Amino acid sequence: MLNDLDRRLLRHIQADPAQAMADLADAAGTTPAVASRRLARMRSDGVLKGQEAVIDWRALGYEVEVSLRITLDKTQARAFDEFLAAAREIPEVLEIQTFLGLVDVRLSVIARDMAHYQQLYRSRILTLPHVADIEALMHVARIKWDEALPV
Amino acid sequence: MTLTLDDLDRQLLAALAEDATQSAGALGRRFGVSQPVAWRRVRRLQDLGAIKGRRVVLDPVALGFGVTVFLGVKLATKGRVSLEDFERAVTAIPEVQTVEHILGLYDYRLRVAARDIADFERVLRRRIMTLPGVGNVEANVLLSEERRPGPLG
Repeated sequence: MLNDLDRRLLRHIQADPAQAMADLADAAGTTPAVASRRLARMRSDGVLKGQEAVIDWRALGYEVEVSLRITLDKTQARAFDEFLAAAREIPEVLEIQTFLGLVDVRLSVIARDMAHYQQLYRSRILTLPHVADIEALMHVARIKWDEALPV
Repeated sequence: MTLTLDDLDRQLLAALAEDATQSAGALGRRFGVSQPVAWRRVRRLQDLGAIKGRRVVLDPVALGFGVTVFLGVKLATKGRVSLEDFERAVTAIPEVQTVEHILGLYDYRLRVAARDIADFERVLRRRIMTLPGVGNVEANVLLSEERRPGPLG
């Protein structure tokens, strides 16, 4: 179980993941040795899984980001598995999420420009198996992206 | 302006997207370059904006957040409520993990972390439905999620 110190450490590390251990310990009101030990413990318990770099695809020339909300033909028993396996083969797909609700699957897709998107949409997306309906939402901006949990 | 990346840049980006805590020495050994070369390349990717930051990955379920819901929010009174006001208010809600401005069926997509469905209902009623200008809200409960490496290969 997590104690108050663990929660403070998680709050501060989420706010600034790259900070030095000394600063993190200071912010959480403990010593660097204790902070390292608590973080190591949370890592071995699987609470803290690691840190990932967030890539700015726009800076890499991918100007278009589209969210595709997909309804599958659920009369096919293997619709989900076969659809997901095929979606994983598309390099421009960044996220695959499945839902309980109006939408079955959401794909986050990036493209260099609208012409590239149109080509991807026609040659890779529309050819995915068991799709009953697709709805596209265009990304304008990401206002908040840190995904911090209110621990 | 678009960056031109070579194979080493792409390998470094893919490696850091999986584990951002790797040292330049470890990255250099993995990709067959010296520690200073790896360090300079990573520094350059950061300076040029290819890496926009780091994210801590936690296990939400282990921390008691059993439910993740994506909300599509339509603003009811566009023109009367400023987008900035809505964005400022929604960003300040601790349970709202991400906010995306989108075009199409909805104006915003929110990722909400809750302890359970009852907790989600509390967040929805007290925090989301009281936001300035909020109109229709559609909710989809997340069942599974995977992140892909993207077109770096």
